Amino acid sequence: MIFWQLFFTFFKIGLFTIGGGYAMLALIQQEIVRHGWMTPQEFVDVVGIAEVTPGPIAINSATFVGFRTGGIPGALLASIAVVLPSLICVSIVTRMWERYKSARVVQNMFAGIRPAVAGLVAAAAVLIALATFRYVEGALGQIWTALIAGGAFYAVGFRRWDPIKVIVGAAVVGLIVFR
Amino acid sequence: MQQKPASLWQLFSVFFRIGAFTFGGGLAMLPLIEREVVDVQGWVDKDEILDIVALSQSVPGAIAVNSAVFIGLRLRGLVGAIAALLGTITPSILIILIIAHFFAQFQANPFLLRAFSGVKAAVIGLVAAAALRAGRNAIVNRYGLVAALCALILSVSGVLSIVWIIILGGVSGIIYFGRSQRGEAK
Repeated sequence: MIFWQLFFTFFKIGLFTIGGGYAMLALIQQEIVRHGWMTPQEFVDVVGIAEVTPGPIAINSATFVGFRTGGIPGALLASIAVVLPSLICVSIVTRMWERYKSARVVQNMFAGIRPAVAGLVAAAAVLIALATFRYVEGALGQIWTALIAGGAFYAVGFRRWDPIKVIVGAAVVGLIVFR
Repeated sequence: MQQKPASLWQLFSVFFRIGAFTFGGGLAMLPLIEREVVDVQGWVDKDEILDIVALSQSVPGAIAVNSAVFIGLRLRGLVGAIAALLGTITPSILIILIIAHFFAQFQANPFLLRAFSGVKAAVIGLVAAAALRAGRNAIVNRYGLVAALCALILSVSGVLSIVWIIILGGVSGIIYFGRSQRGEAK
């Protein structure tokens, strides 16, 4: 019973969140609290953990909630349920895309969308910067945050360094400079 | 385009790396995907990756997961999609299962929090680098510059959701490029 509920709930969460990431959190919270699987305070802790661990936040929360309510089988089931809608929807869209992508109107559409995506990525950078600087304490912390961000931007944007190495390097620098 | 062949194991391991080093969700995975999938493996070209990102943001689900499915499907069909998908989610599942066991100790670990502050700062720079790269590839004329700036302002101000901004970009592309093509025909 719990397994069916977990599957159904996380399938629904995967299906009804468009735009990814933080858009999912409100829906996840609503569902988890409604089923009484966690208190709102526990959920805040889960989000905190999801943020400091790698991987999509939706998967992290699904695994955590599934584990809490149904052990390891619950964790696997909830994680698979939350990504299943992606598999189905993307398969349908890909089929349509392959069929129509050479049509002139579709090419024009994507020529219009590409610069908008560039703007959206820039917006993501601004929004992440605002959220991060709000959370950093002290002038020294802010300066280090700006230096690390600027260094990562230069290294990846202009020197084409491997982002994974930059992330590992930033973790080491963070360990040394932050209090 | 000429695509390099991809084995299922390669798909799994490339997306495992992407899943293991994507912090903060959403578009934070873009620089890693570009590096691994476009630069290193040559599976997708640099314009197409922006189309995949746009489509990934327009269908339900997490962006990293959707992009993995798109690329996996593209290269090896449904089994490829499943391999890429499992690669993306396996690191999260493993790490969260470990953490769920040691929840209390993990929460207050000062070393982890400091290292993570460094990672968070770097993610700003990484996403900014992805924006720079996307801009270089996608902004080729005045239309592109205006569209990118509009998308930036609409998204940061929170006036429109991402899906609507993408729809608006598509509609304006159809109108703008459709008109200039009719102009050439005359």
